[in-house]
Amino acid sequence: MELLRLATAGSVDDGKSTLIGRLLYDSKAIFEDQLASVERASVQRGHEYTNLALLTDGLRAEREQGITIDVAYRYFATPRRKFIIADTPGHVQYTRNMVTGASTADVAVILVDARKGLLEQSRRHAFIATLLRIPHLVVAVNKMDLVDWDEERFHAIVADFSAFATSLLEVADVTFIPMSALQGDNVVDRSEHMPWYAGLPLLEHLETVHIAEDRNLVDLRFPVQYVIRPISGAHHDYRGYAGQVAGGVLRPGDEVMVLPSGQRTRVAGIDTYDGPVEEAFTGMSVTVRLADEVDVSRGDMIVRPDDQPSTSQDVEAVVCWMVDQPLREGGRFAIKHTTRWARAVVGDLRYRLDVNTLDRDEAATELALNEIGHLRLRVTAPLMHDPYGENRTTGSFVLVDEATNVTAGAGMIVSG
Amino acid sequence: MTTASPDQRLGRHELSHLDALESEAVFIFREVAAELERPVVLFSGGKDSIVLLRLAEKAFRPAGFPFPVMHIDTGHNFPEVLDFRDRRVAELGERLIVASVQESIDKGRAVEEPGENSSRNRLQTVTLLDAILEHGFDACFGGGRRDEEKARAKERVFSFRDEFGQWDPKRQRPELWSLYNGRIRKGEHIRAFPISNWTELDVWQYIQREQLEVPEMYFAHRRQVVERDTMLLAVSQWIQPRADETPFEATVRYRTVGDMNCTGAVESGAATVEQIIEEVAATRITERGATRADDRFSEAAMEDRKKEGYF
Repeated sequence: MELLRLATAGSVDDGKSTLIGRLLYDSKAIFEDQLASVERASVQRGHEYTNLALLTDGLRAEREQGITIDVAYRYFATPRRKFIIADTPGHVQYTRNMVTGASTADVAVILVDARKGLLEQSRRHAFIATLLRIPHLVVAVNKMDLVDWDEERFHAIVADFSAFATSLLEVADVTFIPMSALQGDNVVDRSEHMPWYAGLPLLEHLETVHIAEDRNLVDLRFPVQYVIRPISGAHHDYRGYAGQVAGGVLRPGDEVMVLPSGQRTRVAGIDTYDGPVEEAFTGMSVTVRLADEVDVSRGDMIVRPDDQPSTSQDVEAVVCWMVDQPLREGGRFAIKHTTRWARAVVGDLRYRLDVNTLDRDEAATELALNEIGHLRLRVTAPLMHDPYGENRTTGSFVLVDEATNVTAGAGMIVSG
Repeated sequence: MTTASPDQRLGRHELSHLDALESEAVFIFREVAAELERPVVLFSGGKDSIVLLRLAEKAFRPAGFPFPVMHIDTGHNFPEVLDFRDRRVAELGERLIVASVQESIDKGRAVEEPGENSSRNRLQTVTLLDAILEHGFDACFGGGRRDEEKARAKERVFSFRDEFGQWDPKRQRPELWSLYNGRIRKGEHIRAFPISNWTELDVWQYIQREQLEVPEMYFAHRRQVVERDTMLLAVSQWIQPRADETPFEATVRYRTVGDMNCTGAVESGAATVEQIIEEVAATRITERGATRADDRFSEAAMEDRKKEGYF
């Protein structure tokens, strides 16, 4: 059974909580005591109906203020797949949460209220999903019951979105589904009200959308995470380089190069707790033994000599800013890229992007909280990187404020 | 990666959900070991921490763990769990530290809560934070899962704690991709949750796949119990029947391992891991809702305890 990571975007008003509630409830991932607790809370607070939003709003602060302040993770499974939902709020000030939830997602579901059509917020969500290179996008046109299941209305929204999508960087695979989360139409079961819709209901789409090919299985990238050297007689000479394969397929006997040193060697073996394996591919955590004694440490990267990433101290990136203190040219930060920490100084801020209009403000001199911009960074150590569009692991980094240790920015490398 | 049970539905170069979760957890273990100086793995003898220890083996063998194993002993444990704990850690050849709540009480660091059958659940926090300080730990691995509870659903994999051990849900560090930020100042620490993304069912499926031993109390057995607040509590030195309660023998099993005085059993005939998996897949009540009196005090019971420095 495969694991699919899903990010949802939309506000409470779009019926997002209702949709998630229905997916969880219909797949039996909501338990009776959870439902009972939500029912109790709904009565206590004088809500007229069992408010499924209370199920996903976890913290007291949020319940008191009726908002969602952070990313929450939900789990459900069907016989075909196991799902992890990153539930992110849709308010203006929470771009950073959506970026966080979107960073690992295979599929993004963007909710649109059929009555209101594409709002500024929907455009922003679609833009962020595209920026984070979520490979599959679902535009869920919700509340179709409130527009009399009108086919014309649905197609108008599809046309609107498609027109907008042409202005996005590189649009993923987009699927439009008309639904009513409240009544359950096209969520788990096919809608009887919309015979004109020939596609799949949402859950079936999520169960069958092909995600295996989204990973990069071509370009070998193995960031060394940890060096395993047992201090015991039995394994005296053992030296293994542990890590998670970030791209490609590695096999014993392969000619490899260690970056940044450039030393060449061969793979002597690939070990796991369960014994040696014949190959390690993207997503696997393994321990690699090398044929020669080469100097390898955490932060280095094992690649093929004829297929190397860029290695440089200068990178161009799109950065989403996540703290109150604005990012300015000349600012210095700690940077984490794959398993490597270094320091970085912000060079030229090329432009700030308006996430609603996609306009570029080239006169901008800083990025405030929740703003996104294109900038250059100079790093104290070379980064072995690929464009984010080619590899989400070797193309991403975070900037950390050295005074507070808080993660301040998320970066996606454009080129180096 | 095991190849013991190849999933026919998976294509070439696809990981099953258990392999993907395992790989993520191994990555987290190694990341903490690489970035922090003095980690420790918390072990209660319960199913989640049993899985944690296997994942630590997967992350570091053939070497030993680059950290000790620590148990917070409330003094109210099921005796078979303590036996299991000692045996398991000895088999692994790792170092066990036991931090005792009773000692914290004796030293005046913690005060027993008033009332009959008072829970030592909150007191564990004092013992844990004292042990962290005493040993200079800067990271604690825990078996917390996001599907357990609403507050946990929002907690990071690398969860930052200030010098008082407190969790501030509104000021969590953004956590993107697999770029975990373990930077701290002296006195602060990280709680790391390698199985954040696992569900109760995943844990049992993994126990089955890895053929892990778990304490006998997880399996159906006959036991003297009383029914209290819709929970079945084992009659023991801490739980004595009240005047209006009639103890009876029932076939029960435990879904979680906690203190004897606040962990309820569920009626169940599941005597094997396979049967437990069937039961968990069909159950309609969460494990904490079914079995933990300590989480029932308020809607925000876990959130409040976590803010104080609880697991």
